[in-house]
Amino acid sequence: MAQFAPDFDPVTFIKMLANNGHNRLIGTRYRAHGDGWCELELPYKAELVSDPATGILASGPIFTMMDMVTSMSIWLKRKMFEPQATLDLRIDYLRPAKPGNAVIGHGECYHVTKSIAFVRGTAHDGDPDRPIAHVAGTYFFTNPGGPVV
Amino acid sequence: MARDLMLSPYAQTMGFTASRDEAGRLVLTMDYSQDVRGRPGFVHGGALAGLMETIAYMTLSDALGEEDRPQLKPVNVTATYMRGAVEAPTHARATIERLGRRVANIEAIAWQDDPAKPVAMAQMNVMLDRS
Repeated sequence: MAQFAPDFDPVTFIKMLANNGHNRLIGTRYRAHGDGWCELELPYKAELVSDPATGILASGPIFTMMDMVTSMSIWLKRKMFEPQATLDLRIDYLRPAKPGNAVIGHGECYHVTKSIAFVRGTAHDGDPDRPIAHVAGTYFFTNPGGPVV
Repeated sequence: MARDLMLSPYAQTMGFTASRDEAGRLVLTMDYSQDVRGRPGFVHGGALAGLMETIAYMTLSDALGEEDRPQLKPVNVTATYMRGAVEAPTHARATIERLGRRVANIEAIAWQDDPAKPVAMAQMNVMLDRS
């Protein structure tokens, strides 16, 4: 696929992705975006907790949101939509998300080669200065040959 | 039901089913559906990570037994994706590489046809809090 069309609206695109498949199940929502970064929100849901006794969200849905938000950051950095696949994604859990709070995920693409995009991100549950998690990962382009940025 | 086969609300929402293989190892299975789909025709990497994390915790609880119940706190997980997981059931099992007093190091794999050809693997470090 070519460069984003001049009338391409990332917000519509992100909302479309968030309303499909696994992201629809967990309820991912659009928050904000810019050049090479994106922000999404995961609303709190009792059916996504890991332990009913504590009410703490399972890490799976947070992992999914951070995968989507870092993926989006790559398309926003390259200003084009090309298929890509996660090579690896690491998440460090600094502390559990507060039960009842939405989790906000921020993803940033900081380097792109011909084949690989490097991403990082953070998640918080209300205060961006007190993240609950950090992520780092790489994606590879399944059709290599796009711009290096 | 044995505690090691009890599923969290998240695992139930995902439709995971637990069983044991002929060697007695816990296996967790996720059927393909729109609920776990990522890019068209493939399982979402986050759903695979969730499946592998869940089986890692179940395997750890199983190894600790009924008497020893520390609080399990995730430190980190690294998921690596090796093949696209297609529109078919995905299975996962975990191996505890080390079970210490305070830390457990666990590896999990997810596969579809053949465990020798995993679609993804995960490395996890878990704190065991007995305070």
